[in-house]
Amino acid sequence: MLRFLLRRFIQAIVVMVVISIISFSIQSQIGDPTQQLLSPTVNQSERDALRETLGLNDPVMVQYWHFLQGVAKGDFGVSYFHKEPALALILDKLPATLELIVCTLVIMILVATPCGVVAAIHPRSLFSRAVMLISSLGISVPIFIIAILMVYVFSIQMQLMPSFGRGETVHVFGSWETGLLSKDGLAHLALPVFSLSIAIMPIFIRLIRAEMLEVLESDYIRFAWSKGLSSARIYFIHALKNTALPIITIGGIQTGTLIAYTIFTESIFQWPGMGFLFIEAVGRADTPLISAYLIVVGCIFVLTNTVVDLIYGLANPTVKFESHTL
Amino acid sequence: MILSLLSSYSHAATLRMAFDNNIVSLDPHELLSESNLQFSHLVFDPLVRWKKDGSLEPRLATRWEQINAKTVRFYLREDVHFISGNEFSAKDVAYTLNRLKGSPDFRAMFDTIQGTKIIDPYTIDVISVAPNPLTLNIMTYVFPMDKAFYQGRDKIVKYGKTFASKNVSGTGAYYIVERQPGIKTVLKRNPDYWDNDSKGNVDKLILTPIRNASTRLAALLSGDVDFIFPISPIDIPRTKQVKGIKVRALQSSRITLLHMNESRNPALKDIRVRKAINLAINQRLIVEKILKGYGTAAGQLSADRFLGHDPKIQPEYDLSKARQLLKEAGYEANLNLSMMASNNRYVDDKLVAEVIAAMLAKVGIKVNLKTLPKAQYFQELDRRQADLMMMTWQSDTLDSNNIFEFLVACQNDDSGLGAYNASEYCNISINQAIRMANTEMNPERRIRLLQSIERTVYDDAAVVPLFWKSLNWAAKKTVHFEDVVNDQNYPHIDRLVISGDEGNNL
Repeated sequence: MLRFLLRRFIQAIVVMVVISIISFSIQSQIGDPTQQLLSPTVNQSERDALRETLGLNDPVMVQYWHFLQGVAKGDFGVSYFHKEPALALILDKLPATLELIVCTLVIMILVATPCGVVAAIHPRSLFSRAVMLISSLGISVPIFIIAILMVYVFSIQMQLMPSFGRGETVHVFGSWETGLLSKDGLAHLALPVFSLSIAIMPIFIRLIRAEMLEVLESDYIRFAWSKGLSSARIYFIHALKNTALPIITIGGIQTGTLIAYTIFTESIFQWPGMGFLFIEAVGRADTPLISAYLIVVGCIFVLTNTVVDLIYGLANPTVKFESHTL
Repeated sequence: MILSLLSSYSHAATLRMAFDNNIVSLDPHELLSESNLQFSHLVFDPLVRWKKDGSLEPRLATRWEQINAKTVRFYLREDVHFISGNEFSAKDVAYTLNRLKGSPDFRAMFDTIQGTKIIDPYTIDVISVAPNPLTLNIMTYVFPMDKAFYQGRDKIVKYGKTFASKNVSGTGAYYIVERQPGIKTVLKRNPDYWDNDSKGNVDKLILTPIRNASTRLAALLSGDVDFIFPISPIDIPRTKQVKGIKVRALQSSRITLLHMNESRNPALKDIRVRKAINLAINQRLIVEKILKGYGTAAGQLSADRFLGHDPKIQPEYDLSKARQLLKEAGYEANLNLSMMASNNRYVDDKLVAEVIAAMLAKVGIKVNLKTLPKAQYFQELDRRQADLMMMTWQSDTLDSNNIFEFLVACQNDDSGLGAYNASEYCNISINQAIRMANTEMNPERRIRLLQSIERTVYDDAAVVPLFWKSLNWAAKKTVHFEDVVNDQNYPHIDRLVISGDEGNNL
């Protein structure tokens, strides 16, 4: 177990070094950050002087070396636009994004699991067919169209839901402000979370259904029936538990996808989270913030995968950690 | 009875404003940009400011007089206080002007000002380096800062966290109560604001920058904000249909143009080719079809409110003449030009560029177009990486000469002239005329000078002027913003009136 965690730790460092190299090598393609914060009437020598003070005239390798020196001290650079340390800014926005992701996951578990199970038990019923139809729509329609449609229907036409922002937040502790504890905050949360859920849910419904169908055919389920167990026990304890492994695997991968989706969702709903921060930073060529975001997200990926692997062990005790690392 | 009486009084209202840009810094001298000047107009007061009709309105300066060709005397408003409690006087004006001269962004404009001389606490002379016809235009950028508050900790640092970038003390109608950079800024009305004539009733102001155009419009239509800028021309017709929403447009003086680089491509050295390109591009069609009429086709650089504007110069479109000229120049069907434009800086910039490429194809010019996000495009523009480059320019002084200095003067890296002359066009007579216009105090002679430059640029087909876009705002019907907006997009929120039934909408 310890060896497994240690290996994962080394893996995380390798991943982050690779990401930082990539983010640095694309920096020159993103644009000149000084262009953004100088009026067009500023003359060339002033521009050059600013580039010099920011160290942008150094070769990329030298800049990277300075960056690594900073990172070793926990300093990811200072955002050009916000004038605050990049890492602190991202961590500041992390709760907003996490709330989106966690709420989406909760809704997914509460809706996708029963839908998938029912669709497997009664594959020919009207409900199952409807679920399958809707889920195909969810898979094939891009998330930004879903989000815009949601805004159009619920905010503009029905004027039920706010169209952007996070609304009123309640201070919890540290820099964590939550929208989950106020009515206004929950209302603002609704549309982004539903958009994300619609985008991410179909694959789980289909997966659970497919896995359930297979498991329901297996011998031990037939045996359970012949033993006279209640159907609820058979479906939800015996069958569902054995569909868990692939669902956990896909779940881990999808959590990563979810982070990518939050970039779209946050920019459409002007949600003040990490994704929105990132997309704004790209527009401003705010390179320290871009690098820091990519590294933090890389870290989240490695972390979720590690957690998934640990859960794997809990769900199926026959899995050995040493056997499937790297 | 009591209720109806109450509603006839101006009631305190909240305005939720969503513009497309961000306040970069609270330091008014860190960046010369539209958003920073909008902000300056909220928390500071200028000495004088432009009214919608193009005249100047006294603000912290109550009146002024030209003492001699180089000196203008300003009489300042008395009994005005900064939000810190300090009293405003001539020392603050002198301090602010001096600080402006040290700001990289404002220096270009304030280099023409030599300094100030305080006559008494409420009288100050502004002295120019040479006779200066634009002193008043420049004074619209002087927002007196609280000397006692800032002094000693007033360093201007780009990308730096300075005292002035985080703290502010102005005389303006509003003060900041909350700021989350990039997310929202909340301001409240200054209870001691000096302007007692103002009927403005916006008591609280919530600024939310929303860059995504559809999110911004949705925020207005769903009632989450009251006032937005800009609204894309394509959305205007359907927005106008919405009950309780209004849209207003005002022609701006920001010129969109196409540079034709004479040094990069020898073909563009030939005036016949440049003329042909001018003739092949149908500015009126672009305005009608892409801008949906929200703009004015341009045949010259100066908008009609500028002194250099020559009403006789009109956009021309003549395909057969263009073909003829190209034939004479020997480029009948074999001219290849590279072109670059931004694709997210202005509404529809990419579309305009594509249409221009298609128009040039009609006369046999093959255009290799590349559009880039603004962060990358401006770098390419600086390096002049294409034969044709699209750009826009707003004259800070609202004077033609500023356009000429930056866009068509022969390039000189020392003086900064021609910094955006991506045509690399050079006509010595223009440089001379620009220099003369800078010190010409006789209005008529100055107009003639500026118009002669405009005429030369047209005759030489130096650039392709395209259009002046409209500024398009949208708001709830109860927000009477049309009275306080202007063509520089610095809405005078201090004067904004929001009428009574607003409460019902909430």
